[in-house]
Amino acid sequence: MRVLALVKRIFQQMIRDKRALALMMIAPLLILTLLDYLLSSNEVTPRLGVNHVDEPLTEQLGNMDVTVLQYDQLDNLQKIMIEDELDGVLQMEDEDIQLTLLNANPSTAKVLKMKVQQAVAAENAKEQANKLSLFIQEIQNKVPGDLKKLEQKKAPEIDTAYIYGNKETTFFDQLSPILVGYFVFFFVFLISGIALLRERTTGTLDRLLATPIQRRDIVFGYLLGYGLFAIIQTIIVVFYAVKVLDIMLVGSLWNVILINLTIALVALSLGILLSAFANSEFQMMQFIPIAIIPQIFFAGIFPVEAMADWLQIIAKAMPMYYAGNALVDVMYKGLGLSDILFDLLVLLGFALVFIILNIITLKKYRKI
Amino acid sequence: MASTIVIKDVCKSFGKKAVLNKISLTVESGQIYGLIGPSGSGKTTLVKLIVGMDRPSEGHIHVLDTPVPNLNLLQKIGYMAQADALYTDLTGEENLAFFASLFKLNKQEQKERISYAANLVNLTPHLKKRIQDYSGGMKRRLSLAVALIQDPQVLILDEPTVGIDPELRQSIWKEIRRLKASGKTILVTTHVMDEAEKCDRLAMVRDGEILTSGTPAELKEHYNITSLEEVFLKAGGKKG
Repeated sequence: MRVLALVKRIFQQMIRDKRALALMMIAPLLILTLLDYLLSSNEVTPRLGVNHVDEPLTEQLGNMDVTVLQYDQLDNLQKIMIEDELDGVLQMEDEDIQLTLLNANPSTAKVLKMKVQQAVAAENAKEQANKLSLFIQEIQNKVPGDLKKLEQKKAPEIDTAYIYGNKETTFFDQLSPILVGYFVFFFVFLISGIALLRERTTGTLDRLLATPIQRRDIVFGYLLGYGLFAIIQTIIVVFYAVKVLDIMLVGSLWNVILINLTIALVALSLGILLSAFANSEFQMMQFIPIAIIPQIFFAGIFPVEAMADWLQIIAKAMPMYYAGNALVDVMYKGLGLSDILFDLLVLLGFALVFIILNIITLKKYRKI
Repeated sequence: MASTIVIKDVCKSFGKKAVLNKISLTVESGQIYGLIGPSGSGKTTLVKLIVGMDRPSEGHIHVLDTPVPNLNLLQKIGYMAQADALYTDLTGEENLAFFASLFKLNKQEQKERISYAANLVNLTPHLKKRIQDYSGGMKRRLSLAVALIQDPQVLILDEPTVGIDPELRQSIWKEIRRLKASGKTILVTTHVMDEAEKCDRLAMVRDGEILTSGTPAELKEHYNITSLEEVFLKAGGKKG
């Protein structure tokens, strides 16, 4: 009954705290929307200046989504590149090819370099083929009799099949399941942690502990009270991501919600636990770069398998590693409950440990 | 008369710092017992030990013949902390209802106690207001009402009148006497000397020790002076 009294109180407080409510319910949607637009936007078309470059090569480059600008003279290369906003300049003198890259944005520079290489290689191949057929024709003319006609072989097309996703898949499709879980983790952590902290600093925790309430009742009251809001948040975020942003969801929506609820439970118990070691809201914020931000790096955005051994060990100590894994499995790969069961159990294990630590930590404020 | 609070040879230290040193005192049932001392003298620490929030490093405390700390005992102790520990985004009524629901009271009893406690501290017309709109005095009164919510036999009030205007102080003391008349045992801490006069018995605390104790009249007679303030100075002076 005391747990319910606590839940009721948290509910009343939350409903009145419009800002906290907005932070929990609306902020994740804003960030997700922004990222959706940022990451699914088309690639930039690099601008390339050319000087003394053969016609076929420029044409080839034009076909590869490169804006080609002709220059007769390039006296002050750097100045021209900066003024005309060129990402690179291609110059040819006899057989020598000189590519100058601006490299203001390394990823654009890389794309441009790759395209130029491809175009040059393609042109080379074409030239070779032409030379070869000319050579064969010559031989045919000299040798009597009917020689077999040489067929012109076209470059083979690669037919690509995808196990997960399709050719339309973007980075955001793989990233978004992780983000959906991460936002739930982050906001639930922050709000529950600060709530218990405020209870402590305003003295109401002491007052609460001067009643016959059990320590575990307080922990469970908090878990249930804020858990209720975490459920609502999870449902809003997941539905928004899937129905409005049209994020790829191959597996079951219910499994996604189940994973996110488990994440919320971990975040809740971790937030409450860490708040015991903070003396102000600001000190609570100081936990974010230590306990929260690193989690995202190990959630699957960077492939964990490729990390150094010691980093892999750290990854496996992070709840978000399992959460990200499970979410990508369900949303992107379309796997079922049995495939994510291990991740879910590990997450529940984290929550259980945090909850027990919470009950022990409250002893700091009342000895029984 | 039975002794309601018995404290025997209690010491408390935090780390190396000794806060309480061999405190012994007995509060009889139906008394108003005053703990007087400057801030930092260890009054609040002693109060927290009596409520059972903390354990003494040495010695024993019994409340209503039950060794402290004990969870069930908290049902019978009303505690008013020094700070107004109230939920500012809730209304007065919601605060009372929340604390009422933490005690063993049925729905009907809860209702009765809420209206009784609110009425006692004259807050009935303000129950629907949020605490953030309360004045300092109203918050203090609501804290007292919270301490009374479960109809406890023992009341422990930590500086109930600190930062309160004289008129309100009078009215709080009137309540305290009325509660005594209804048979409650009350332990109150204060650092205001004129409040000490209103207690049945006094203990003067400084640097974690009881300098002297007795009824206000006894103390004055013993030191042969008329004001308790002088008693305090004299008793403290002897030690120094």
